[in-house]
Order: sequence, then structure tokens, then C-alpha cells
Amino acid sequence: EHGGRGGGGEAGSDSHPFPSCCPLPADIISTVEFNHTGELLATGDKGGRVVIFQREPESKNAPHSQGEYDVYSTFQSHEPEFDYLKSLEIEEKINKIKWLPQQNAAHSLLSTNDKTIKLWKITERDKRPEGYNLKDEEGKLKDLSTVTSLQVPVLKPMDLMVEVSPRRIFANGHTYHINSISVNSDCETYMSADDLRINLWHLAITDRSFNIVDIKPANMEDLTEVITASEFHPHHCNLFVYSSSKGSLRLCDMRAAALCDKHSKLFEEPEDPSNRSFFSEIISSVSDVKFSHSGRYMLTRDYLTVKVWDLNMEARPIETYQVHDYLRSKLCSLYENDCIFDKFECAWNGSDSVIMTGAYNNFFRMFDRNTKRDVTLEASRESSKPRAVLKPRRVCVGGKRRRDDISVDSLDFTKKILHTAWHPAENIIAIAATNNLYIFQDKVNSEMH
Amino acid sequence: MFTRGLKRKCVGHEEDMEGALAGLKTVSSYSLQRQSLLDMSLVKLQLCHMLVEPNLCRSVLIANTVRQIQEEMTQDGTWRSVTPQEAGRAPLDRLVSTEILCRSAWEQEGARPAPGLGDGHVQGPVSDLCPVTSAQAPRHPQSGIWELDSPREDRGGFHKSLDQIFETLETKNPGCMEELFSDVDSPYYDLDTVLTGMVGGARPGPCEGLEGLAPATPGPSSSCKSDLGELDHVVEILVET
Repeated sequence: EHGGRGGGGEAGSDSHPFPSCCPLPADIISTVEFNHTGELLATGDKGGRVVIFQREPESKNAPHSQGEYDVYSTFQSHEPEFDYLKSLEIEEKINKIKWLPQQNAAHSLLSTNDKTIKLWKITERDKRPEGYNLKDEEGKLKDLSTVTSLQVPVLKPMDLMVEVSPRRIFANGHTYHINSISVNSDCETYMSADDLRINLWHLAITDRSFNIVDIKPANMEDLTEVITASEFHPHHCNLFVYSSSKGSLRLCDMRAAALCDKHSKLFEEPEDPSNRSFFSEIISSVSDVKFSHSGRYMLTRDYLTVKVWDLNMEARPIETYQVHDYLRSKLCSLYENDCIFDKFECAWNGSDSVIMTGAYNNFFRMFDRNTKRDVTLEASRESSKPRAVLKPRRVCVGGKRRRDDISVDSLDFTKKILHTAWHPAENIIAIAATNNLYIFQDKVNSEMH
Repeated sequence: MFTRGLKRKCVGHEEDMEGALAGLKTVSSYSLQRQSLLDMSLVKLQLCHMLVEPNLCRSVLIANTVRQIQEEMTQDGTWRSVTPQEAGRAPLDRLVSTEILCRSAWEQEGARPAPGLGDGHVQGPVSDLCPVTSAQAPRHPQSGIWELDSPREDRGGFHKSLDQIFETLETKNPGCMEELFSDVDSPYYDLDTVLTGMVGGARPGPCEGLEGLAPATPGPSSSCKSDLGELDHVVEILVET
């Protein structure tokens, strides 16, 4: 049981025996990713499992199941390991999943925990050969004396079986915890990034990787900055970006040198002196970076904002959106309870016109870059029935309070939406709320406030 | 609660006596808040390395925060070494906590130090912190924070609780190993939420606000993951050491 993973527009599953306030730690979803066509949606969880959902084709026979997502395959990707040298456990939690572009009938994805990346191949079997000459139906060898004629085995249809197998295991490449993986547009290589290093791998070679970024200082006492996320450019196979805990982005060109410690471009916004506090650096730490589909822009998420950067301008972002600025006066408490270290992800829609990110209280936010409108929505069982329209939410910060507003002090900081994904082409979004997966589809253009 | 800018009021700008007193109050309350933020940060770092492998990003950010506070306090002249005789908030404990910062077993790379390295001398940490304010060779207050495999001669001052951990691992019989590991296996949140008083309410933290914080969901730990075979193996290794 995956405690709450549902298909279609419905949220969660009622078969979870535990009350929703205490989810099993192993069921907590830790990553969500659509494949390149949006037909498949993969989730990874803290227990090392991967669940893949497939979108049902729209059919005239069942007009209500308009392309809803159902479970396609479930498998155990990573197991907990023990590092005997350090006497420490290596968590099986799936940090990231990235799909490979589909090159044949099979689907492939990369999944990673803190230390090991695995390439999984997903194939379908819907036919089975029958009528062997030497084997009977159960596979046992026939008594040869009973074989009097020759027959050609025939492929007969069978119930669809989805088979998953690990094709490559990329181990021992990282001393520190892997936070990102990204498949190159050349479809041959991919990179994996940990806190201090980024490695380049060839998808077919597991015993070797090339180190392309290394920010580990000679003296670890001098360590003040770590790598927080990284991604390959969607079109230029030589370019990649990585973000840091100090809020900077570095665009690197692999053609320039084997070791890309020198960036080609450094994107950094100067600090606002009027907002300076002891928490300034922490809230500037970039938790996620994503190239736009066009490849022209980058989207970053830090604790309080999402920012759009133009690759041609390093001095500052071209757009900044406040996700939950009302938390600015609460930073000390958020530091105390560690929420200030939460790493939220961000996402572009298919046309790069809308950006989305998660927040607390199971809220998630969308910003329309063209109209400059934004909306706050909630992912919860109570507030969303299947096929109902999501009602915009509002956090009130004093002043006039509307009826359904929620006050800042009533926000539930244990309900955080860290992982979100947007279908590559359509207005379908996947939201991970602790151990529940919500999939929202937009049939009509929704209004934004 | 830390407000924007964290700028101190300049006492000299107040005109009347009352104003001056108010100014002084503001200064000291800022100092108190800053001190409690420092304490909180040190405790966070201290807790880090006792459990599973620490989250390096989080540790770096907390350490940088501590560094900022220390730098500001050094500029103020409020960062000074404390003699063991000073009463009040057991400042020595705080300094010893800082020592953990300097000497903590980050275990990012390399093996653990041999147990028993520290003598547990209290003088060590205090004397090591003196140079921060002295005129000579200003030593970085965060020395040795990230890894332990660079042996340094002045490492005699190993914090006593760290020593205790190593002693415990050595002397405890295998039967107790599971208890130790079950502690390690508990989610980090448990300790932190206890610390911040979120579970079971009522402990006043240094920061107010955020009343509506629901308790974290520690939930049942998803079982002691190391199976018994692995534990036996680990016991063998530790005993041989």
C-alpha cells in the first residue's frame, strides 16, 4: 500500500490505515517528475520506492475518465545501506528522478538516493509465445516421443505486464549527498551533483565518471558555500548551471575546460541592505533551479521568492515573485524549528508563461508572467473533491480579513509542498503533499487573482 | 524577534534621560536576542553530528550564521573570553559549546578519530578561544569544523560529551548497541522539536510568534533499518578498534 497515492483527479486513497496527521515516514513523497510526453508521471518516496502513473487515453466510451492517471508500475529502487567506515546509514530516500528521452518502445529513468544513481528500464509485455515444440504450457520439457509434428510458436495476447529492471548502477561517485541529476540533451551523458562536486557520466559506463565541478576547499575549515542544485541546458549540451547556498548561479561551459570551476557567467543579485539580517544568507540560498523550455531563462527558488533570470543578464533577475513574504517577520522562529532550511522546488509550464512553487499549509502558488497575476491554491482532501474547481486561498496578514482567509499564525508548517511538477505541454500539475499525490487538470483556463 | 535590518539604536541620539535609558534597553535586548540566536545555532550544530550524517548545506548555513554573529560581537567588543569563575548563565558551557563547533566530528570524510583523543580538559577550549580577541594571530573561530582527519596539536580540548559518545560506543556491551542505534535511527525532528518545545508545548523559546505551529509529525520511525546481522558486524568492528 502506498498510503494515499491516488490516480486521476482524486486526491489520495482512503485505504491508508493511518490518520492523515501521522503519515508513515516511508510513504513521504520525495520527488515528482513527468516524462517528456507527459504520458508518464514518476514519484519517488522516502522508502526508496518508485511509483509510475500512466495517463489513460481519452476514450469516448468513458467520457469521465478524461486522461486520468492510474498506477502503471511500482518498484523498489533503492534499499537502505550501511556505510561501515563512517558507521552511518545511507538513506534509501529517492532524491530525484529524471526520465530519459524515449528512444524505443521501452521507457528509461534515472533514480538516485544520496549516493547511488540507477538506470531503470521499463518495458511492457502484452504478448506471449505459445505452442512451443519442446516445452509444454508450463515450461516443462515434453517427452520427445510424444512430439510428432512441428509447429511454429504463435504470439498470443496476454494481460499487460510492466517489467522493470535495473540496467545500470552508478555507484561510488559521490562522497557527499547527491542533490540533483540532469540528463544532457545529447542523450548520452548526464550529470550528478552533490554538495561539493558535480560529476559527468556516460549512460552506458558505470565504472567511471568525470568530475566537472569541485568546490571543496583545500582546507575544509574554509567551507562556506555548497552546491544546492544543478541542471543541463535543454538545448546546448555543453552548458549547465548550478546554484549555491549563497544565492548565486553559475553557468558553465564544458568546452572551456575539463574542470569547470571557472564559471562562464555568474548570476547574483546584490543584497538589499535595508533587508539585511542574520538570516539574509539562509533565505537567499537557492533550493532549486530550472531552465525554461525555451532555454532562454532560468527559474530559481529561494526561501521567500521565485526569480526569473535572463541568461543574457547576470546582474539581477528580470522578475521576482513573492511566495510568502509574510514569513519575513517570522524568520527567527522558522530558524528555530528548522523550517527555514526547507527546500522548495519550482516549475515552469509548457509555454514558460506560468511558474509554480509550493509553500506551507499545503498551499502552492502560481504566477502568470504575462498578466502578473498570482493565485494560491490548496492541495488537501477536504478542499478538493474530484472534478471540483479549486478555490483560491488567501493568507491574511492583518488588515481587512475576508471570510475564508487564513491567518499567518494558523498556518501548518508541517504541511509543506516541496515537490511539484508541470506536464510538459498541457495544464496538468502534480503536487506532492507529504504522502499524498494530487494531480490537477485544467479544462478551462482558470482565472488568476 | 529579530526585525528587519537588526540595526541597533544609537544611544547617543536619544535626547532626554528616559530616551537614553530606552536606548540602552534596546541595545541590551538586541544583545540578548543575538546571544540567544548564537546559543540556538551552536546547539543545532551540536545536535547535528550526533545523529545520521549531517546535512552539509544546513550545517554550513548555520555555521555561517554563527560566524556572522561572532564577527559582529568581535566588532562590538562583546566577544571576549570568559574565566571559569564568572557566574550567570554558565558561560563556560557556552564556550565549551563553541569548542564543539571548532572540534566537532563532522565525519564528512575519513574515519573517526581514535576514541579517547580528548583529555576533556576544560582549560583547552577556553584558551583556544582567547586568540579570537587577542591582537596576535587571529584564529578563525570555526577551525576544524568540517573534518577531523587533519590532526592538530591543540586538539586536547575535546568536548566531554563527544568523549562520552566514544566511550559509550567502546564500553557498552553488544546488547546495548541496538539502543544506541535506535537513537541514531530516530528522525532528527524528534530532538529538534523537543528542543524548540514544539512537542508538548510550553517551553518558551528565544523567539516568540508562530503560535499556530502544529507539532512535527515524528510518527513511528520506519523501523531500525539495520538488520541484526549488520549490527553484529558493526559491533565487531568497534570492539576490535
